[in-house]
Amino acid sequence: MSEQEKRVGVYVCHCGHNIAGTVDVEHVAEWSQHLPNVVISRDNKFMCASTGQEQIEEDIKEFGLTHVVVASCSPHMHEKTFRNACARAGMNPYLFEMANIREHASWVHPNDRDGATNKAKALVSAAVHRVIHHEPLEPMQVKIRPETLVVGGGIAGIQAALEIADAGYHVYLVEREPSIGGHMAMFDKTFPTLDCSACILTPKMFDAGAHPNITLLTYSEVEKVDGYVGNFTVRVRKRARMVDEDLCTGCGSCWDKCPIKVVDDVFEAGMGYRKAIYRPFPQAVPKYPVIDVENCTYFKTGKCRMCEKVCPTEAIRFDMEDQYVDLEVGNVILATGYKLFDCRRIPNYGYGRLENVFSSLEFERLTNAAGPTEGKVVLRDGETVPESVAIIHCVGSRDKNYNEHCSAICCMSSLKFAHLVMEKTGAQVYNFYIDMRPISKGYEEFYHRILSEGTTFIRGKVSEITDAAHAPDEEGKLIVVAEDTLIGKQRRVPVDMVILAAGLEPRADSQAVGYMFGVGCGDTGFFTERHPKLDPVATATEGVFIAGACQGAKDIPDSVAQGAAAAARVLGTISRREVALEPVRASIDESRCSGCRICNNMCPYNAIDFIEAEGVSRVNPALCKGCGTCVAACPSQVITGAHFTFDQLMAEIDGILVDVTGEMPLVTEVI
Amino acid sequence: MSEKPKLALYWASSCGGCEIAVLGLHEKILNVAEAFDIVFWPCVMDFKYADVEAMDDDSIDVCLFNGAIRNDENARLAHLLRRKSKVMVAFGSCASGGSMPGLANFTDRDAMFDWIYHKSPTTDNPDGIVPMKHTDVPEGDLELPGFWHTVKTLAQVVPVDYFLPGCPPEASSIEMAVNAILTGQLPPPGSVIGPDVTVCDECPREKHEKKIKRFYRPYEIIPDPDTCLLEQGLFCAGIATRSGCGARCPQVGMGCRGCYGPNEGVVDHGAKILTGIASVLDAQTPEEVDAILDTLPDPAGYFYRFHLPDSLLRRRARANGEKIVAPASEAAGEPA
Amino acid sequence: MSDNGTFEPVIVGFLCNWCSYRAADLAGTSRMGYPATLRDIRIMCTGRLDPTFVLRALQKGADAVLIMGCHPGQCHYQEGNYKAIRRFVLLRRTLRQMGIDDARVQLHWASAAEGVRFAQTVARVTEEIKALGPLDWPHNWPNEDPYALQEANS
Repeated sequence: MSEQEKRVGVYVCHCGHNIAGTVDVEHVAEWSQHLPNVVISRDNKFMCASTGQEQIEEDIKEFGLTHVVVASCSPHMHEKTFRNACARAGMNPYLFEMANIREHASWVHPNDRDGATNKAKALVSAAVHRVIHHEPLEPMQVKIRPETLVVGGGIAGIQAALEIADAGYHVYLVEREPSIGGHMAMFDKTFPTLDCSACILTPKMFDAGAHPNITLLTYSEVEKVDGYVGNFTVRVRKRARMVDEDLCTGCGSCWDKCPIKVVDDVFEAGMGYRKAIYRPFPQAVPKYPVIDVENCTYFKTGKCRMCEKVCPTEAIRFDMEDQYVDLEVGNVILATGYKLFDCRRIPNYGYGRLENVFSSLEFERLTNAAGPTEGKVVLRDGETVPESVAIIHCVGSRDKNYNEHCSAICCMSSLKFAHLVMEKTGAQVYNFYIDMRPISKGYEEFYHRILSEGTTFIRGKVSEITDAAHAPDEEGKLIVVAEDTLIGKQRRVPVDMVILAAGLEPRADSQAVGYMFGVGCGDTGFFTERHPKLDPVATATEGVFIAGACQGAKDIPDSVAQGAAAAARVLGTISRREVALEPVRASIDESRCSGCRICNNMCPYNAIDFIEAEGVSRVNPALCKGCGTCVAACPSQVITGAHFTFDQLMAEIDGILVDVTGEMPLVTEVI
Repeated sequence: MSEKPKLALYWASSCGGCEIAVLGLHEKILNVAEAFDIVFWPCVMDFKYADVEAMDDDSIDVCLFNGAIRNDENARLAHLLRRKSKVMVAFGSCASGGSMPGLANFTDRDAMFDWIYHKSPTTDNPDGIVPMKHTDVPEGDLELPGFWHTVKTLAQVVPVDYFLPGCPPEASSIEMAVNAILTGQLPPPGSVIGPDVTVCDECPREKHEKKIKRFYRPYEIIPDPDTCLLEQGLFCAGIATRSGCGARCPQVGMGCRGCYGPNEGVVDHGAKILTGIASVLDAQTPEEVDAILDTLPDPAGYFYRFHLPDSLLRRRARANGEKIVAPASEAAGEPA
Repeated sequence: MSDNGTFEPVIVGFLCNWCSYRAADLAGTSRMGYPATLRDIRIMCTGRLDPTFVLRALQKGADAVLIMGCHPGQCHYQEGNYKAIRRFVLLRRTLRQMGIDDARVQLHWASAAEGVRFAQTVARVTEEIKALGPLDWPHNWPNEDPYALQEANS
């Protein structure tokens, strides 16, 4: 199509008063008549309404429009709407362009009618100049493999895996620890129902372990990810358990007889012991133990082999090595969970120094019937029952020194702790909170129940926990110092035990994991969703979804909901069998590529290969996400970024800088 | 003889290397002499401007015009030869991009004259005499061509049909152009005569993924003979510069300086060298980038060595933001 | 220039699709006022910003160019903004040699949630450019060619 044959239609939206209240839309439409290639320019009350869309469709047919510009709201709002309208009239939807004169003009310059109108004219001019360089584009169709990888075997990952497996598709569930279950397996009770955590979780763990459509890869980590939506290749490293899973029956003889006791930092939060050959907890799935080679006597000295001697099925394999498993999957769900805030980072709370200051996870183990004290709430000495307990909310959360975000679960788990302490010890409980945020179903009611049970609530952030007594009744106690903001007084509350409701943080390696899968991390370090409100489980990378606390602090029901939601998204793509990828992609004109290799390390997705034999670089279109970094880097300008081409953007710049002050658009001439 | 196409060659603001390059055709120059009727070549034979003015418009078939346009005389001949010629070729880097004379656009006439006639340590000018546009002598009024603030390319003054870049154009490029003219196999008007790949295409050095940690001046290191110079920290504009020269500079260990100009479709040569080089700096923060760039003095000089007048900005802004208002030749008594 | 003779700069903005363009959207949705000096162009990532675009904008009359992207470490494409930093720093050094003040080409970050930051940045840059005055590159030098003038007059 030659330049003269291009026929542009311009539509300026009033958006009721939203735009027309500030921008002189009639004038903008009239002025736009004079822009190059414009054959029709109209204003319209609501372009997104069916009448507005039909107007476009009619004009395409009546005036033979080849390109369309709509000046209205943000393209993030209605670009799809208008593209579809163009497509219905037989136009390629990529021959459409939008000028954002609402969010970027009328709404932000409410007291500057001239300024807003001039800006609207400039933005329309930019869109018109740009659109005549648009080319028809077709989305790329990619086949979807039905297998799915779920990374992380906590409750969110288990839920996602079960949903997909139950729908009849295969799932690889990769878990770093020897057993699936995640944090939930460590808890005693869940709020607000006080269900036994293990009782509701273990059936799901068992189902996941026994499901014919689920391959469990525990004690394993993802090493490498290649490919793109529908066709990922994933390399998983299966760490050597030193136990042959085919022979082991999980009878327990080995860990019964193992002479080495190790402090269990993971499952028991340092409160209890395990053996050097161990199963993290009785309900572990899979049931097989692992040998902790760092602490095993055989691996340290070459002697012992007690486990080998007692194993009735000869399942111990000291020579076992890490194995690599290559998986081919169509979609990935990341459910890598969270890390608990390390309370040592707040030295004035004394955790790690004052022995009866406990972290929330320590308390969970303390109160758990299967825990080190068999559920007895006692002080660190293992016998004294506390008579008074302080529970501190928001430890490491809602504090700009540590984490600005609210960890979402601490209010409720603190209420749960208050209940459990009172139930088990009858102690006086003080909850120190900043704000109470029991926001989900049944939570406020639980708060009222705890209030009525007699817990004392003190509104104030704790400044210090100390053992330095100022008065006789403080001797031998931990003194919690806080300003009670409801009575406006500094208070010192002596107690026997303090529980710190530690916040939720992203995993220490979330950046690295995100990088491997093409998922960004926000300023908090949690994985970034595609849209915070409307697309919370998808990510910037097609085919990679996120669920649970890796996306942001959340409790069990929300994690389960996200796991199921991510599974639904995956099932959606599987049932479509193929997906359409946005055609916004880079391509290299190989006949003009000189092989300088400047672009080669521009791509974060490794979509650019250098073809040694031909001395040129090539973009794998399925891997390319269309950021355009290589396009801008190419010094010989032979990489084209579809829909953001050099010509399109240069024309847009020229268009945006026309003189908008007069009745006619004036192009700036350079002498 | 009148059957032969008429050829004109002219030398505006340039060093004369382009003229030598024509002679560098060696024995093939005889073919040129045989094929063309040379009607104007001031470098070689004596012509008067009046002779050219007397010619009919469009009577010259091809004009090879080298040199940038930096004064009234250059412009006068550019307009004159354009009027008389059917095909105007911007011959060499000065006519195409401004080249060395064009680097004067980093300053302006006033600053240059001030330095040259007053301040430079080698100037001995106790009376402060500067060249004037008009000088009264007993024989009458002597006129010097007006000297411009801003050097222009030929195409910024008159329409140009073809560009033949190079400082100077390689004999092979000239030969290609002459043959194209003789056989009528010319690309569409406005084209650069030459390939549309870059120097890297012809450069035999091995290229890898690049990460530049610092730059070296050529005297600082002896580069590995087989590896891309840029990868070794030596500035090389070959990544962004049109090939056609046979990668002669990089082959002997000197980075490309960019004389063949930008690749097809590029509107600002310097911007492309800049983006290519910046992209592969091994740095994340602005401070780290700055530390690397401290080893690359005078980036604008590197990027626009041959194409400053042909770049988007064309010249430096005046210090303090003041504008150059009056054209050089307007005010009487102005320095020439 | 506005009617009453005060200088209203024209600033061309290059906003990345994922963070700063959405920050601008949020500023709109939240009705945060800022001067009508910015004319913005959406690119997918600041990594797409060819320095040619900045030069073109200045050449065609922009008084300043404001490039905005995701905060370092938060790029939607993981590290496009780091490439933008490298090109920006080298471009700024080059522009200094062209006599262009650092304030006229600026690189800033705003996440999709930072509508306030976006609006404040535009307001601040506008003030800085007002203080500097117009760049007016298209009229930076006169046409010195007397023969072109003659031809134009004849």
